[in-house]
Amino acid sequence: MNKRIPIISILVAIVGLVLYNCSSNQTPQGGALGGDDAASSVYVKPGDHDEFYGIVSGGFSGQLSVYGIPSGRLLKVIPVFSVDAEKAYGFNEETKPMLETSHGFIPWDDAHHPELSQTDGGPDGRWVFINGNNTPRVARIDLSTFETAEIIEIPNSGGNHSSPFTTENTEYVVAGTRFSVPFPQQDVPIESYKENFKGALTFIKVDPEHGHMEVAFQIYVPGFDYDLAHAGKGKSHGWMFFSTYNAEQSHTLKEVNASQFDKDFIAAVNWKKAEEYLAQGKFKEMPTEYVHNVYDEKTHSATSEKIKTVKVLHPDECPGLIYYLPTPKSPHGVDVDPTGEYIVGNGKLSADMSVHSFDKMIKAIENEAFEKEIDGIPVLKYEEVLAGIVKEGGLGPLHTEFDGKGNAYTTFFISSEVVKWKLGTWEVLDRVPCYYSVGHLMIPGGDSRKPWGKYMVAMNKITKDRYLPTGPEMNHSAQLYDISGDKMKLILDFPTIGEPHYAQGIHADLVKSKSKKIYKLDENEHPHAVKSEKETKVVRDGNVVRVYATTIRSHFAPDNIEGIKEGDKVYFHITNLEQDWDVPHGFSVLGANNSELLIMPGQTETLLWEPKKQGVYPFYCTDFCSALHQEMQGYIRVSGKDSNVPLKWSVGEQPVQ
Amino acid sequence: MKSYLPRILMWIASLSLLVLFLFPIWKITLKAPQYPDGISMYIWINQITGDSEYTLQNINILNHYVGMKYIEPDSIPELTYFPYIIIGLCLLGLALSFFKNNRFYLVYSLILIMVCVLGLYDFYLWEYDYGHDLSDKAPIKVPGMAYQPPLFGSKMLLNFEAISYPHTGALFMGISIVLSFLSFFIGKKRKAPKAFA
Repeated sequence: MNKRIPIISILVAIVGLVLYNCSSNQTPQGGALGGDDAASSVYVKPGDHDEFYGIVSGGFSGQLSVYGIPSGRLLKVIPVFSVDAEKAYGFNEETKPMLETSHGFIPWDDAHHPELSQTDGGPDGRWVFINGNNTPRVARIDLSTFETAEIIEIPNSGGNHSSPFTTENTEYVVAGTRFSVPFPQQDVPIESYKENFKGALTFIKVDPEHGHMEVAFQIYVPGFDYDLAHAGKGKSHGWMFFSTYNAEQSHTLKEVNASQFDKDFIAAVNWKKAEEYLAQGKFKEMPTEYVHNVYDEKTHSATSEKIKTVKVLHPDECPGLIYYLPTPKSPHGVDVDPTGEYIVGNGKLSADMSVHSFDKMIKAIENEAFEKEIDGIPVLKYEEVLAGIVKEGGLGPLHTEFDGKGNAYTTFFISSEVVKWKLGTWEVLDRVPCYYSVGHLMIPGGDSRKPWGKYMVAMNKITKDRYLPTGPEMNHSAQLYDISGDKMKLILDFPTIGEPHYAQGIHADLVKSKSKKIYKLDENEHPHAVKSEKETKVVRDGNVVRVYATTIRSHFAPDNIEGIKEGDKVYFHITNLEQDWDVPHGFSVLGANNSELLIMPGQTETLLWEPKKQGVYPFYCTDFCSALHQEMQGYIRVSGKDSNVPLKWSVGEQPVQ
Repeated sequence: MKSYLPRILMWIASLSLLVLFLFPIWKITLKAPQYPDGISMYIWINQITGDSEYTLQNINILNHYVGMKYIEPDSIPELTYFPYIIIGLCLLGLALSFFKNNRFYLVYSLILIMVCVLGLYDFYLWEYDYGHDLSDKAPIKVPGMAYQPPLFGSKMLLNFEAISYPHTGALFMGISIVLSFLSFFIGKKRKAPKAFA
């Protein structure tokens, strides 16, 4: 094999990228937008709602943001893996357990791929899952509250990138390791990579009613980099496909060393077979340690649980569990078309793309058309599984989505464009430039069996001159295209939060009617909730003081508190008594070392305050709640350690209720 | 058969009153820009409800800014004894229907009208009381301003438009009055020729 070709192609690519950016700077800005008709096609009248929710990952911000499509309006930022002082996520006592891991409390992660839960192969609007890449985790966000409801850590994994792609009825979401690591973790020389480093393909079972996640099993695979995944659909339901690179199993200077082989693999996992092997007890129960965190909507609190073992399946002991499909040029995305027949390998270091056929794959397995075996995993013959090649679509294909009308849309990072091509004939139909260097793309439902082929969003890695400059750091850009006609049409360009790594889209009707307006106070089971002002109190236990307080427009009860001492740990347990839509109250107190609280109607949240100096300190409502919001304030008195000031609390002479 | 018509109408008239237990009598809606759907309060014969189980609390929170008393259904005695009056009227109508004397039917409809007028007057007094008996310590005091919602029609109360109209229950009360009148007239027409005979 000629080792020089890939290096040269990278050089060509870099030169191409530089030239591309230079020349595109000279393109007049207005020329890219289609004029007035483009403006009207994204115009959503004030007060009207968008047709789709766009659920966009925040990438290295660790958050998830929600946009209206086609307007590009930012609707919400949901904290998932990163603390958020605005919402007290990771700061209040209730949500701190959400960010617990086997490595302790981690206030950040790199959130890559949102994935909507599916029923019958289409997004159902119940939950969205997203992976934490750095400290391997998968989160579930509840789409009735748009809050993070659950986070599970993935053991024996490093760089949880091929995740959390879901099966047709959300039987499983997966988590494949991008960085193989010693499995189980141990202190070994890095040079011993080939011997000691292995990959883990993790299948997380999702409870169909509550969405609760549980690591069902892991598959012990060779130490490649398992990059992306997608489940089979329709006839290929029951299979999960993972793309790999670094079949070279190199551990240093991977940009060169992992780009040597002409072909890496797509791993095809028969998870129904895995279920059989599990039922037959063909797994090994391995000791490990990972953490499972669940937020309970009734107690408004999260709990964190450590789990000590995991079931592992070994391919050499489980024939038929997994096969490798050779795929050229370090494939990045692996995308399955809505019929379930075509498995697209986006070979990121090439111009061409290989598309495999599911039917041919099954036939090749039946005929044992194997090229070789790697650690008990049969490698199918490339020619036997290949359906076709998309020739010279562009340079550097990364990801493909589908419109449900027989067309595929692929992003080309290096040539910075989206290319539309036809499934089956592999003919290129159209191409549009992206600004700049597009990564993922999203068509609402476009990775499921039921795409809404009306819009496509391209998410870019480089912004440069697209918007008014804001110094060296700029929000990443996204472009919205109308794909309802033969030609793709750029209709909107909007900045996004963090890195819009990947996104999902869903028709608004499937989500908006289920959106909660309040939490019912009657159903609040927080151990420190108080349901009326009469129950409010302040309780001391040693140096721990618990303030059981309430909020209602426009006062706190109590709002005068005395008898706190230096060195006390004061827990403000605040219940928002409101039961009206969009009437949260905030709470903040001078000198708090954490954040504010932002308490939704019917909810209880807790802020820990550790006063260090004597004095009288104000606290107040931070969310402009009402005409008397500015009056919504109180005082807490802090006395010396040995003072005799009695514990005392009160609110006005005429309490409201 | 035809001679039974006034009696049947009286039965329908009497039983129509029971519909007051199934539907509200009056509806008051408050509209403001930040309440796009409005906040609606329903006055029944035996209870006060809202669009949701929290509406009353939310209206009370808004009202407290101008010092209005809390609307507490438990503190309104009419909601306790009015149901008995309605049941009593229903039974009275059924009893009267067994008399051949159609003048009883007229008396019955007049009683119904009287009860309606008294009921509306009582409703007005409550509205007046809530709208005028304001706390001295109200955070928002607008000189000369009262917050009595209209009995019928709409009126601006600061930022809120208060809209007040009868609801389904009132319609059936009306049907009851009309039918009892009708049974009086039908009976009268039939009797008239007999009187000359």
